[in-house]
Amino acid sequence: MRMKSPTALIPGLYLTLFFAYLFGPLIIMVITAFNSSTFPRVSPWECFTTDWFGKLASDDKLLSGLGNSLLIGVGVVCVAIPIGLAAAITLSQVGPKLRAALYTIFIAPILVPGVVIGLSTLIFWDRIGTLFNAPYESFFYDGTFLTIFGQVTFIAAYSMLVFLSRIQRFDTTLTEAALDMGATPTQAFVKVLLPFMAPAIGSATVLAFLASLENYNTTVFTIVSSSTFTTVLSSKVRYGLDPSISAVAVIIIAITLIGAIIYECRNRYYTKGWAHVIAERPALKIATHPGTVAVILGVLTLAAVLFIQNHDSSVCTAQVLEEKRALQQQLMEQQSINTPQQAVPAPTMPNLGPLGGDEGGASAPSPFGNNIFSPENLGTSAREGN
Amino acid sequence: MTKEISLEHVWVEFGEFTAVHKANLNIAGGEFFSFLGPSGCGKTTLLRCISGFQEPTRGKVKIGGQDMRGVGPNKRPTALIFQNLALFPLRSVADNIAFPLEVRGVDKKTRRKRADELLELIALPGQGDKKVSELSGGQKQRVAIARALAVEPDILLLDEPLSALDLKLRQHMRTELRAIQKQVGLTFIYITHDQGEALTMSDRIAVMNKGKIEQIGDGKAIYDHPTTSFVASFVGENNVLDGTVLSNDGKVMKIDAGLGTPFTVENHPAGGPALAPGDACHLFVRPEALRLSKDDGAINQFETNFITEEFEGNMRHIVMNASGTDLKLSLINDGTNAIDANTPVKLDFAPEMGIALKPGELASA
Repeated sequence: MRMKSPTALIPGLYLTLFFAYLFGPLIIMVITAFNSSTFPRVSPWECFTTDWFGKLASDDKLLSGLGNSLLIGVGVVCVAIPIGLAAAITLSQVGPKLRAALYTIFIAPILVPGVVIGLSTLIFWDRIGTLFNAPYESFFYDGTFLTIFGQVTFIAAYSMLVFLSRIQRFDTTLTEAALDMGATPTQAFVKVLLPFMAPAIGSATVLAFLASLENYNTTVFTIVSSSTFTTVLSSKVRYGLDPSISAVAVIIIAITLIGAIIYECRNRYYTKGWAHVIAERPALKIATHPGTVAVILGVLTLAAVLFIQNHDSSVCTAQVLEEKRALQQQLMEQQSINTPQQAVPAPTMPNLGPLGGDEGGASAPSPFGNNIFSPENLGTSAREGN
Repeated sequence: MTKEISLEHVWVEFGEFTAVHKANLNIAGGEFFSFLGPSGCGKTTLLRCISGFQEPTRGKVKIGGQDMRGVGPNKRPTALIFQNLALFPLRSVADNIAFPLEVRGVDKKTRRKRADELLELIALPGQGDKKVSELSGGQKQRVAIARALAVEPDILLLDEPLSALDLKLRQHMRTELRAIQKQVGLTFIYITHDQGEALTMSDRIAVMNKGKIEQIGDGKAIYDHPTTSFVASFVGENNVLDGTVLSNDGKVMKIDAGLGTPFTVENHPAGGPALAPGDACHLFVRPEALRLSKDDGAINQFETNFITEEFEGNMRHIVMNASGTDLKLSLINDGTNAIDANTPVKLDFAPEMGIALKPGELASA
């Protein structure tokens, strides 16, 4: 047997750490979505539950925010992609000096902090609205409209970068050839340049949509009185998190995974080598067709949804609640025994405040079991009790 | 239908730089006309003027007698074959060929039929569904020609279309191009820096240097009777000697080139401007015009020393030195032309084979 030298293990170790760092948070997030604990956490494990998905489905604020986000995302794509493409085409056609200047101007919105863009968009359209004496209900003050325009300022620049890298590989003589063959400039654009740019348009669309969906720091200003997915999430973080956020993460991860798997299957299916392999194996040909894969994944998703809808964890949660209650009871009894020997319980205990939180409770070894009556801390106290 | 083209005092200027300097010429309908010149001489610019991608700064481009100013490339009766061919990589071969019909709104069925006919013409039948990337260099070449012919142009413009091909294929395509031109009877305007291409294919050639047309004529005139030093040194190999005209009686000139007895050179009616006694001149003698002297006292004889020899199989290319000037000498390898490397060798040339021209710019080798 040959022993591997220790240095040979380093790449493996590095990879393990790398992937742990990359996927660890995602995995933990997914697990918390199925824990019945009211705060998203893995330990202590209470009960396997799918209730958080139900809670998510009935969270009107989050859903309407998500609806707004999707609408804004589509709007941003529709506006930013043509602008980005036009900018890239301009840059590819002007002289080197003008190109350098224009490039700096076009790219500037990426360098400007999102907060500044958000604020300035808000103020700019407010000024314009005031100029026209527009009523407050007009689009000058509409959150969706303002957010689309605010986000487009920098997302158009992102998509321009995507287009630039593709258009630099475009052979301009192809356009000349099309013109020479009798095409009008419009025909040359539609029949020659646009098909060449199609892959870049696809990736820029995805990029722009995702950038719009996840944007927070510009949106939080421009959305005004409305809300998007991200602004709802952030207010949730501020006013009390529950694992329905993890459920959102699970859904997003699932959608991404399904998309990626189908895409990868499609890529592999159309390689020359694989076409050779399946040429005389019709069963394998059908089995590995991306459509088949998509159907299988669809069925699995449907099964998962049905399972989530029908799973009932009320017995287990009730039991956990009962355990907590018993423990609480026990602690109270213990406290009443100890009380006579102690001085007057101090109402001024430093970490008794409403924001004392888990950490306060866990770190203070006070016999009073700080914050023990705060329902938020039941879990922690229970763990300490064990 | 073929149309004649005339360039009338065409100038093209890019800021300070003059790309085309007063080009003046007529190309007849059905002619195979070549522009020959080193890279950067303005021949491609001139072609772009004809195809409409470049408007002349001054002067007129006329096609079929009609001034083309303001007429875009898509409205001119020309089709250009680009140096890199510019086939559309995302389209099939047939779709490439049918592109000119597609943009003219011809229906799909007719398009396909015409594409198949043209594939027939370029000897690639049944290859219409292939991708462009699946074709070889020569096949791409032919597809580009077919696509240009689908435009049904009056004039086909070719911008060094063979430069990317290897030698054998290039020679093959030369013959093929000439055959296609004969078959379809169009005016071909061909741009090249390869004199072999120009000489073998063209009816007439315009030699260009630094934006100026130096000489227009058929291949034989350009090679045998160049009118400027540039043409003499650019087209084919040439030996050049600096000399002074001693006398000129209209028929023959005596020229002192510092190699012993003055040389006798004939004037030719198609040659360059006449030289007067006392003028400085360039005397050109082609390597194949130089020969080993059979007997002493022959006309235009001079003494040389052997420097080196390049053996090419059928030809021997020898470098000799005459009083400090290296001269190239090409001899047929027929076993009769032995040279003793250690003794001086006498060379001579016929008076009609020497070309005396006004000193001018020489093409850099």
